[in-house]
Amino acid sequence: MKQFDYVRPATVTEAVAAAAQPGAVFLAAGTNLLDLMKGGVSRPDRLVDVTHLDGLDRIETLADGSLRIGALVRNADLAHDAEFARSYPAVAEALLSGASAQLRNAATVGGNLLQRTRCAYFYDTASRCNKREPGSGCDARDGENRGHAVLGWSESCIATHPSDFCVPLVALDAVVEIEGRGGRREIALDELHRLPGEAPERETVLEPGDLIVAVRLPTAARGFAAHARYLKVRERTSYAFAVVSAAAALRIENGKVAQARLALGGVAAKPWRARAAEDVLRGVAPTADAFQEAARRALEGAKPSGDNAFKIELARRIVVRALTLAAAGTPARIPALPASPFASTSGAIHA
Amino acid sequence: MPELTLTSAPAHIRHGSNIGQPLTRRDGILKVTGQATYAADNHPPGMLFAVMATSSIARGRVVSLDVAAAKRHPRVVDVMTPDHKPQLAIDPELKTNPFVFRMEVLQSNEVRYANQPIAVVIAETQEAATEGAALLAPRYETLPPLVGLDAGESYMPPVVGVGNPTENHLGDVEAGLAAADKQIDAIYETPPQYHNAMEPHAIVAHWDGDRLQIDMPTQGLMLSLARVAELFGIAHKKIHIRSPFLGGGFGSKGFLAGPQTLGIMAAKLVGRPVKLVLRREQMYGPVGHRAPTRQRLRIGTDGEGRLTALDHHARTVSSTFDDFYEPAADASHTLYAAPAIRTSHDAVRVNTGTPLFMRAPGEATGSIALESAIDEMAWACGLDPLAFRLKNYAEVEPMTGRPFSSKALRACYEQGAARFGWAKRPLQPRQMRDDAGLLVGWGMGTATFPALMFQAEARAAIRRDGSGVMEIGAHDMGQGAWTALAQIAADSVGLDIDRLDFKSGTSDLPDAGIAGGSAHTATAGAAIHSAGAAVIGKLADLATSDERSPLFGAGNAGVIAREGRLIRRDDESRSESYAEILARAGVAEIEARGTGAANPAAMEQYAMHAHGAVFAEVKVDPELGQIRVTRMVGAFAAGRIVNPRMVQSQLFGGMIWGLSFALHEAAITDQRTGRIMNANLGEYHIPVNADVPPLDVITVEEHDPHVNALGIKGVGEIGITGSAGAVANAVWHATGVRVRKFPIRIEELLTQG
Repeated sequence: MKQFDYVRPATVTEAVAAAAQPGAVFLAAGTNLLDLMKGGVSRPDRLVDVTHLDGLDRIETLADGSLRIGALVRNADLAHDAEFARSYPAVAEALLSGASAQLRNAATVGGNLLQRTRCAYFYDTASRCNKREPGSGCDARDGENRGHAVLGWSESCIATHPSDFCVPLVALDAVVEIEGRGGRREIALDELHRLPGEAPERETVLEPGDLIVAVRLPTAARGFAAHARYLKVRERTSYAFAVVSAAAALRIENGKVAQARLALGGVAAKPWRARAAEDVLRGVAPTADAFQEAARRALEGAKPSGDNAFKIELARRIVVRALTLAAAGTPARIPALPASPFASTSGAIHA
Repeated sequence: MPELTLTSAPAHIRHGSNIGQPLTRRDGILKVTGQATYAADNHPPGMLFAVMATSSIARGRVVSLDVAAAKRHPRVVDVMTPDHKPQLAIDPELKTNPFVFRMEVLQSNEVRYANQPIAVVIAETQEAATEGAALLAPRYETLPPLVGLDAGESYMPPVVGVGNPTENHLGDVEAGLAAADKQIDAIYETPPQYHNAMEPHAIVAHWDGDRLQIDMPTQGLMLSLARVAELFGIAHKKIHIRSPFLGGGFGSKGFLAGPQTLGIMAAKLVGRPVKLVLRREQMYGPVGHRAPTRQRLRIGTDGEGRLTALDHHARTVSSTFDDFYEPAADASHTLYAAPAIRTSHDAVRVNTGTPLFMRAPGEATGSIALESAIDEMAWACGLDPLAFRLKNYAEVEPMTGRPFSSKALRACYEQGAARFGWAKRPLQPRQMRDDAGLLVGWGMGTATFPALMFQAEARAAIRRDGSGVMEIGAHDMGQGAWTALAQIAADSVGLDIDRLDFKSGTSDLPDAGIAGGSAHTATAGAAIHSAGAAVIGKLADLATSDERSPLFGAGNAGVIAREGRLIRRDDESRSESYAEILARAGVAEIEARGTGAANPAAMEQYAMHAHGAVFAEVKVDPELGQIRVTRMVGAFAAGRIVNPRMVQSQLFGGMIWGLSFALHEAAITDQRTGRIMNANLGEYHIPVNADVPPLDVITVEEHDPHVNALGIKGVGEIGITGSAGAVANAVWHATGVRVRKFPIRIEELLTQG
């Protein structure tokens, strides 16, 4: 098969240096990258294996009460960390609604953030795709696109970001810690992914060599633990990407919403934070009417990119439901069918 | 599971000690410990790896391949193309018999569908062959592909399915509709679906001079052997095919496929053994699929809710170069007693690999449309769907007027409905909710599948040590042939199953026909039964004609074979073991052959079908439209049940596939390019564990004296039929929204909900 270099750096600094050259990519669990390589979608010249780097697999509470999750923490390990699930239940629920148990056991936090779109035209090397081959065109635009973006898309690209994990993270103001050639810096997760615009091949703001080393949840994120849910509508009960999903988190004081957090998944090239919807909920009672208004605001500006107008209406309904579920309170245990509309169905024992 | 009551007919006298037992798979340990050798597990010395390059266009011509680049790649040995390949003995386009399908084996540069093989790279490693195939960088002359059910001018195929008439008439449908008190007229669509057996098509081909050793999964050893023989111009006896295990076939491994032929050609080209295994996405093209359909059903009823007419038309597609037509409308021939029935088909040609038999071909597609339409008609009449079906119960086969050889469908309805609790179903839709507020709906469908018989032969022997041998080139696709056929074999020679050496799965054994049409157990079982009877007959002759035997003078019909002994029927204290009989006669082994085939006289006289009734409960989120099946009960009457455990698994599998048909499966075809956009198991959805509810299978006791000597009807395919419609009807009952395009999608329930 295609020859490529494989390097296993001993330190983060070495890793950054090794990945700074053109054609280099980081390899973590490879649950997405290896498939892309087998399909000829990605043909990197160099794999920089970061899985042996020390210190990136820890979940730690920092002095200020924020939580730092190492980039190499496995999705399953994070979701099953009891303290984590108690403090950030919507994030744990989102993690457990993603992929399959086998993939969750392998996939890492950093890798999840950087997974690629599931647009079939991106994966099909015989199709034109501006993301895969800049300037070649977008065959999804007039193709089979009922699953594509309804927010933030451009004529160049209508792909969506498929992550479940990122949706509650972005709602909770997660911060991404990055080690780069210029040293360490951090950005809001909401700033990590770019909308396609004219350059859909540039999916994030990361520079060559930049390595995500951790994701941090600020202290305030714990304040939503009592009212936080993730809801994911999909086309089978498990092992399917979201048609549309939403993370809703509320801080309710004296019967009013003191603060609301809302983000949507499966609708745009990035996890879609709905700040306008959050604003209308601040200070009001958590009622159906308020949630309807929030849903309306969340989808303002949405437009179909193809045969997918239904996703806009579906997204509104999911927002209302996710807010309703959050207002009702986080369940004591994560449901057996996490994030599913069938979460309460008795007899469900696995997903 | 009810105890099987064995008949006392002499032909059956020995059956019972093994048949009917829920034995676990005799090959189960081999499989779970990885010792079962599937085709691709074979690695003869010196073996090379072959990888196909496939077309990314659906119609046109390959104008160039960078063969030099592929050959330059380290460890690439050769590149087989239309310009560089071994000659075949006959043109593979030649239809030498009706079961020969055209295949793409590099005979020209023409491209007829996406994923068509256009070259084969042969290398020392799988990786080198894979990269070599990528380096070919084909350039094409592309023509606009024909895609979809409206791709072009429609035509009436000469036949549909396996030689079925394209049209069938009973009575005057138009008059029946005109006279009807109520009518429905509805159009249903089903998508293209792909078999997606877990084991991909594979071959390891090894030429030794003019002899050919082949390992490949096949549902038809002798059909495949004959096709190899004619394509390569070699005698049957020079070919040996091993196919002891298949990781599923579902119809796609019935015939030698193009890629398997390419594996044999590649081995010939390089003069070394070659292995060729399809990648998952390569299975979406050259190895068959279930064609899409658009079906129009017009049904009329009188004031009492009795059918006055049933008109079922199906549009389907075939490839641009061969003919296979999904006989969807034929599903309306057998179930409902209408005085006027018309079934008809037309088709268009599209740039696709030729469609093929796929588990319940015609029955599955036709059943979901028919059962949906019957449900709609029942609702229009204000009748419970089960009551409506009972009102229109076919006492004889409607199209032909023939009596059924057996038909325990009423018992299926009764037992299934009772187990499910159907009586509590509200007539109106959207009446039930669960505690969480989810909509709950109950639906049902009738299942049916013909009881077919093909042809098979078997060889039985009794050895000097009293043990037995049964040889038959049968096929275990995962359905349990190693177990069920061995049970029949053991009973046929009156031995415990552990005293019988059951040999199967290779082409040097007697021809077992094909594992298809749900007929393998019946057909191979009949051959085994007859071979066993014949060898026991010979043994009995030996004993009863020898005055030194305690059985002397009993006469052939005067002895029973049981537990390795022949026993006098009228005096069970007088018996003799097989070993004693053979020892005294000085015979090392006694053998006989037997055959199994349909009885044409019985087939003319009787309509032969298995039946069933499937009941499903679904829950639907009222706002979000997501659907989940929460309960299914299926009651099936399929004649004699040889192994209740295997049968239950077969029926489970069918019911799950029915669920999949209604809610999940569809190949997404780009309408501009004809390319399949979800050619992988991540995006081509089949149900996962969490989609499959508790399933309840009832096998209804049924004795059929006409289908074959053993009374077996077959259970391989019937489970899909009825189930798909039951789920679809349950979705309607939950929501009040009738979705006629399958699989049922969330947006259909959102926009109309």
